Amino acid sequence: MSETSIPTATAEATETVTLANGLTCDLPADSPLAKLWKSQRTWVGPSAKERLAILRKATSVAIVGASPNPARSSYFVGTYLKQSSPYRVYFVNPNATEILGQPAYPDLQSLPEVPDIVDVFRRASDIPSVMDDAIAVGAPTVWVQLGIWNEEAARYGESQGLTVVMDRCIKVEHARFHGGLHLMGFDTGVISSKRQAR
Amino acid sequence: MADRDYGFRTRALHAGNVPDSATGARALPIYQSSAFVFDDAQDAAARFALQKYGNIYSRLANPTVASFEERIASLEGGLGAVATASGLSAQFITFASLVGAGDHVVASSNLYGGSITQLDVTLRRFGVETTFVASDQADDYAAAIIPGRTKVLFAETIANPSGDIADLEALADVARAHQIPFIVDSTIATPYLCRPIEWGADVVTHSATKFLGGHGTTLGGVVVESGRFDWSNHNFPLFEETVPHYGGLTWYGNFGEYAFLTRLRAEQLRDIGPSLAPHSAFLLAQGVETLPYRMQAHVDNARAVAEWLEQDARVETVRWAGLPSHRHFDRAAKYTPAGPSSVFSFDVRGGREVGEKLIENVQLASHLANIGDAKTLIIHPASTTHAQLTEQQLADSGIGPGLVRLSVGIEDVDDIIYDLDQALSAATA
Repeated sequence: MSETSIPTATAEATETVTLANGLTCDLPADSPLAKLWKSQRTWVGPSAKERLAILRKATSVAIVGASPNPARSSYFVGTYLKQSSPYRVYFVNPNATEILGQPAYPDLQSLPEVPDIVDVFRRASDIPSVMDDAIAVGAPTVWVQLGIWNEEAARYGESQGLTVVMDRCIKVEHARFHGGLHLMGFDTGVISSKRQAR
Repeated sequence: MADRDYGFRTRALHAGNVPDSATGARALPIYQSSAFVFDDAQDAAARFALQKYGNIYSRLANPTVASFEERIASLEGGLGAVATASGLSAQFITFASLVGAGDHVVASSNLYGGSITQLDVTLRRFGVETTFVASDQADDYAAAIIPGRTKVLFAETIANPSGDIADLEALADVARAHQIPFIVDSTIATPYLCRPIEWGADVVTHSATKFLGGHGTTLGGVVVESGRFDWSNHNFPLFEETVPHYGGLTWYGNFGEYAFLTRLRAEQLRDIGPSLAPHSAFLLAQGVETLPYRMQAHVDNARAVAEWLEQDARVETVRWAGLPSHRHFDRAAKYTPAGPSSVFSFDVRGGREVGEKLIENVQLASHLANIGDAKTLIIHPASTTHAQLTEQQLADSGIGPGLVRLSVGIEDVDDIIYDLDQALSAATA
């Protein structure tokens, strides 16, 4: 009840769209073309219940593309996960040495354990390579952050056995089920006669 | 949690009220506390920087108030809600978040009198100009928009006391074409009768004092947002500018679709301060539990009373859009299929004198300046709620000297009709 979250979006939200000529390109997620393509999405990720199950099962989260800049969304997510969730949180950024008082790791291979969730703050076009990195270390779930969309990468990840969540904020989703969104007056969609998960 | 889409009645009872994690209390606990302790310095810093949300101070957020907020957001089909001390403060913080000196508002001329003065007196003094549109046609609203200066389009779902119904879908189209939010006050409709977000509205405001609370005990307001408006469309640069007092974040960049409501809480409630009290939130949330049943009873009674009045020779006109004689009968059928609420007016033959006598002779209906109580209420707007408006504003609002406003309650409908009948007899004797 006491610690809850503010929802965040990614600062550099991009979407990979396939053009009529077959080429793909990254567009700002708020551009009219990207919005048009949003209505043409076909990939459907895990349901609310399945997302809750992913979050409940996990004990560790690696944030790929974590930033040491306090104004960035990844910093908000890192702060929230460290302080308001039970997860062991790791930061991956080859250009940083320390984030939120913890060492920043250059890649997933360097982490002291295999993370249950790889949470990604990277451009849409970088998602396939992050999927490959996750598969290489044996991480079961890749969680692509709010505002980032790459259907091809999602399907690829799933074909390789990964659980994929996309265009969702892990902080918002955790807060939805653990009281944070509720506390700020947002509709969590949670209707339950059981005590709130802690 | 289940993936089921629970129904309106279920959500009226349960949304926002998962049993308390600390105590297991099934009813909504009243957290009557001004402030909340921090775990440690790091926790305090993160909460103040909005890096994580926790309770800080009840002006910004309170667990009891949050339950009411989530319940209304759920019933309106919105992303979330921010509750306020009154309906007018819900409107004020909404305007304060979106307009500043030099900006322009396009609003219906049919608004509640207090809303008109908020725009025409206080906000005008702050340099915000409002054009009141005396028309029910969306094209006339479009014509009043000043590109670049107009920041919001504002109307009421059901106007009071004219009984007019806003053409929500057409007005939403106008607002969308100009990339400005369509704000709808839906106090009289409540989400049981109409959910403006489903017709394209971006922000919905309520005076919860009325039907939502439903018992005439408690002042409150609420702002609901759809989460669909693009606050990064450059018409609202404040959403994209760096915010120094929150560590250099940008509202849109950091919060995306949650930007409007997060800012409304963290900036407007912080700086203006019209928070809903926890005890009030409890009473309002309790009222909302029976909203579906009360509203159905209200519209059923309103229909019977309106039909009875319309066939009575002592009555000139009845302005309830559920009657085929009302100019917005078709709109009411479209936007409020269960019935256009129970607040409406009628003109008695004999004008002002007969109207006042009627009000003096009622024995069951209460003569007071409120609407949306479970009890039947009656008033003479020209001498009370709308007394501060000019003759022209009165005419624009559709108020004649003999006009009597009813807020039909949920008593036995035969008793309501009996009371009006005997009062009309006394007034015309």
